[in-house]
Amino acid sequence: MNLHEYQSKSILKQYGVAIPEGIPVQTPGEAVKAAEIIQNSTGSDKWVIKAQVHAGGRGKGGGVKVAKSIEEVRLYAGQIIGMTLITPQTGAQGKKVRKVLVEQNIFYPGLTEPSEIYMSVLLNRQKGHTILMYSPRGGMEIEKVAEETPEQIFTEEIDPKVGLQPFQARKVAFNLGLAGEAHKNMVKFVHGIFAAYDGTDASLIEINPVFKTSDDKILAADAKVVIDNNALFRHLDIAAMRDYDEEDPIEVEASRNDLNYVKLNGNVGCMVNGAGLAMATMDIIKLSGGDPANFLDVGGSANAKRVEAGFRIILKDPNVKAILVNIFGGIVRCDRVAQGVVDAYNNIGKIEVPIIVRLQGTNAEEGKRIIDESGLRVLSAITLQEAADQVNTVLS
Amino acid sequence: MSILVNENSRVIVQGFTGSEGTFHTGQMIEYGTQIVGGVTPGKGGLMHLDRPIFNTVADAVSATGADVSIIFVPPPFAADAIMEAADSGIKVVVCITEGIPIRDMVHVKEYVKSRNVRLIGPNCPGIITPPHTKIGIMPAFIHRPGTIGIVSRSGTLAYEAVDQVTKSGLGQSTGIGIGGDPIPGTTILDAIQLFMEDPETEGIVMIGEIGGSMETEAGYWMKSHGTKPVVSFIAGATAPKGRTMGHAGAIIGGKSDTAEAKKAILRECGVYVVDSPADIGITMKKLVK
Repeated sequence: MNLHEYQSKSILKQYGVAIPEGIPVQTPGEAVKAAEIIQNSTGSDKWVIKAQVHAGGRGKGGGVKVAKSIEEVRLYAGQIIGMTLITPQTGAQGKKVRKVLVEQNIFYPGLTEPSEIYMSVLLNRQKGHTILMYSPRGGMEIEKVAEETPEQIFTEEIDPKVGLQPFQARKVAFNLGLAGEAHKNMVKFVHGIFAAYDGTDASLIEINPVFKTSDDKILAADAKVVIDNNALFRHLDIAAMRDYDEEDPIEVEASRNDLNYVKLNGNVGCMVNGAGLAMATMDIIKLSGGDPANFLDVGGSANAKRVEAGFRIILKDPNVKAILVNIFGGIVRCDRVAQGVVDAYNNIGKIEVPIIVRLQGTNAEEGKRIIDESGLRVLSAITLQEAADQVNTVLS
Repeated sequence: MSILVNENSRVIVQGFTGSEGTFHTGQMIEYGTQIVGGVTPGKGGLMHLDRPIFNTVADAVSATGADVSIIFVPPPFAADAIMEAADSGIKVVVCITEGIPIRDMVHVKEYVKSRNVRLIGPNCPGIITPPHTKIGIMPAFIHRPGTIGIVSRSGTLAYEAVDQVTKSGLGQSTGIGIGGDPIPGTTILDAIQLFMEDPETEGIVMIGEIGGSMETEAGYWMKSHGTKPVVSFIAGATAPKGRTMGHAGAIIGGKSDTAEAKKAILRECGVYVVDSPADIGITMKKLVK
């Protein structure tokens, strides 16, 4: 589950990670009040106004601005709230901004040079261990750092039996060239983000940049925390932070029906049981000259109710010109699925696009007979290739 | 011949009396698997499906001599169930449960390794050695005894491959579903190595997908150690970057875990990669007599 920056920071703070003073708001008026509160507690006379959407690269799209006066706070908050923010990660349609985070300015002058660092905690799948990854080149995309200066990326493996050890945190601080107070604060910071990763069942914590201020504080200037969906049952407080406004409404509806749906840009809708077979079905559609409109896994049971919900979701996409249903019956019987297709068809009323149903496995022949005898505009197939060829035929 | 399990395997079921456990245990017994009992804490001493129920895996092992366990326990309790099996003398643990938190699996993986136990899954269809031993939830009737080893990250796509292999006139030595999670107990490479060592496996079908590097790790190993033909399909050529496609493990991260990159590397390593999932069976048929 993805979280907003302000939510991520509030979680990190609970684990002792230092963050800039900040308040999330929804109107320019609230932004002004927030700026005054922050000024009173920190003395900051500049503020950063940051759009809160689930996408990176917000600065490039005009979603992050530095206000030098209360008047500018009001102005910029007004400009950003309600705007459709387009960043390299949002796609061309962009994302509507509903909230901004007002934060103290951390770029104040002082005795030492401020600097930006990259740090993340994530799973090393190859070893099945957690790793800490960091680089003195913060504030830019880590992919770019990996390409240009791979020697500037460091990793620290965490032994699951004992967790992060103090010597590892010290090593991070030394490798980053920090001394004195900054070194001490970095050690604390590293312990904090690892504790947050472990304590919240995160699958990723990425802080870019970690900011070393001119008075040697170490702050999470930005924060991305992603929580493992499978672990949300033991973090109900975090689960409650889910922001449905940030998700595709069709995907939200699908998840409410226990369907796994991802919208794509093609013209052939597909409904499949099992994620691997669903991807394989998309692949064969493409190989046969079509273009998949979605990924949709109806799960192992593929009962009539799910099949109907699946059709309704696929049909919301106006680009869909044909639908391929591909079910490999194991425990689920194909005759039941076939009946589900027929029932769904009748319940929905007229479906304007042709449907191809490929049933294989338990009772496949019976299932095919039910489809063939239904009198509906539904084609049936037995092999995967046959099904893809039929899709191609109805499209041309 | 087979890998990991055969008709001598003595199997217990953890989560025996739940609805999933009950249904699939019935199916396994029907296939001929030696199910010698089950574990449901608090119901020890009772009987279920004509088999004894035990409170703990340790009790079940000492009473029945079980060496394999299959787990149908819900996700919040599944990690505990795996570790209990590993600590009680079980040698092969098959975990069907989908949705175990990653953090739990990080610990489980270390734990089973320290006890020298083979974990298959989680989030997998299990393992089958036709014609008598099914320890999983796959449809048994599509399988036929034979010489092809099948390893897959996906359930229904594995069934597709099995079905094609059977219809081509070949059969399976063992079919193993390693599961779609980011931290599997058994990797593709583990399964490939076992099949390469198995004297009666003549060819291998390897079904992979986008995300991670398990397929390419297996490929690099096979380049220098492979002795049998391997046919591979990698699902997800059409998947968009950065999105999870159903399996928690199937997310494209860097450049090297796309379907295209994996296929190219596997081809370099001498693997027969098919672009279409419809060509798995016929390609295997051409490579073995």
